[in-house]
Amino acid sequence: MVMTEEQARVRQQTKRILNRFGRRRGNLVPILQKVQGEIGYLPREAMLEIAEFLDMPEIDVYGVVTFYNQFRLNPPGKHSVRVCLGTACHMKGGYITLDAWKRRLGIDRGQTSPDREFDLDTVACVGCCVMAPVTVVDDKPQGKVAPTKVDGILLSFKLEKERQGEESR
Amino acid sequence: MKTVSLTIDGKRVKAHEGEKVLWAALDNGIYVPNLCTLRDNSEPSAACRLCFVEVEGKKQPVPACTETIEQGMVVNTKGPGALRLARTALELLLASHPVDCAHCPSSGSCELQKIAAHLGVKLKTRRFRKLLRELLVDSSSPVFIYDPNKCVLCGRCVWVCRERLGIGVLGFAHRGFERVVTTFGDGPIAESKCRDCGECVVACPTGALTFKDKQGTVKSAHKERVETETTQ
Ligand code: SF4
Ligand code: FES
Ligand code: FES
Repeated sequence: MVMTEEQARVRQQTKRILNRFGRRRGNLVPILQKVQGEIGYLPREAMLEIAEFLDMPEIDVYGVVTFYNQFRLNPPGKHSVRVCLGTACHMKGGYITLDAWKRRLGIDRGQTSPDREFDLDTVACVGCCVMAPVTVVDDKPQGKVAPTKVDGILLSFKLEKERQGEESR
Repeated sequence: MKTVSLTIDGKRVKAHEGEKVLWAALDNGIYVPNLCTLRDNSEPSAACRLCFVEVEGKKQPVPACTETIEQGMVVNTKGPGALRLARTALELLLASHPVDCAHCPSSGSCELQKIAAHLGVKLKTRRFRKLLRELLVDSSSPVFIYDPNKCVLCGRCVWVCRERLGIGVLGFAHRGFERVVTTFGDGPIAESKCRDCGECVVACPTGALTFKDKQGTVKSAHKERVETETTQ
């Protein structure tokens, strides 16, 4: 299989990061955090490179990446949307909120919209349960996010984008 | 090797020192349900929770696959506390299992059927709400078919592929109800480093992994090997 330019770049970048670590399996999570910190997500090529470096089955790297919420398999969008499904938010209809986001953005959890504007995921309790159901948008917790509020948030992003477009014209 | 004598279900038996209760029982013709361990696995995960037994002097039932035998130990495989736990574990497994035995190539040699009969649990149990996973069947391998919907996550295939054969194609990924046995990136088996040895199929206690015959259809004769391996 021929490597694309992007794949080769990911390999190089990952190798550079790996140089700073010992070949201990216990380093897996810190390595993944570092690689995601620099690349923004964990591309396939990066996971393969890490598995080789730590001499462990590739599936185990994939297993850890898919186990922790923190790790992403897709490039991040410009805006991050994190729907809380902690106990309180669950009780207050967190799943309805999640469905609303899914439908409006046309993506599933763990995915990024094709225009790379938004990425969608879930979290388990962000510590402001009184505001349930909560969605954290770009690190800012939004409270009582009913489907209509989802529309409102998306609209404000759209307006902002239009304004920026006008200003730069 | 030193031998130890103990009592299981009122029967005096002998077994090698250091042996686990599960193997001591099976070797002496006393069946204890089990899914997640194999004899040569020295670090059983005790994940399936089906092998509970009661041991005199212990307040709670213990998993037989991790409990080491002791001289003079008195084991009861039929204690109500142990059976209650095992039945619940089985019913939870069955709640997300297709139970489509009439069309399953493993019917007749499936460990789930055997365990259900042993514990007196109906395969179509209604205690828990049915919650099926709708996962794609992978028939890309030239030798076997993998139907993740029938997988009970026992980990036998994972262990065999990795520890016994040193290949490591299969593993666990994702979390919670979405947890599956899969390959790197959830890719088809044929695109993994699988060497088509079929040992995972032999290890699988259910119909999740089944052999294709030369025509590419499924056959289940191999399952006899599993039977003798796990019940000897
Ligand atoms: S495929 Fe079979 S052996 Fe592998 S984990 Fe599932 S039930 Fe167990
Ligand atoms: S459960 Fe959502 S913020 Fe606590
Ligand atoms: S065989 Fe003991 S817990 Fe699975």
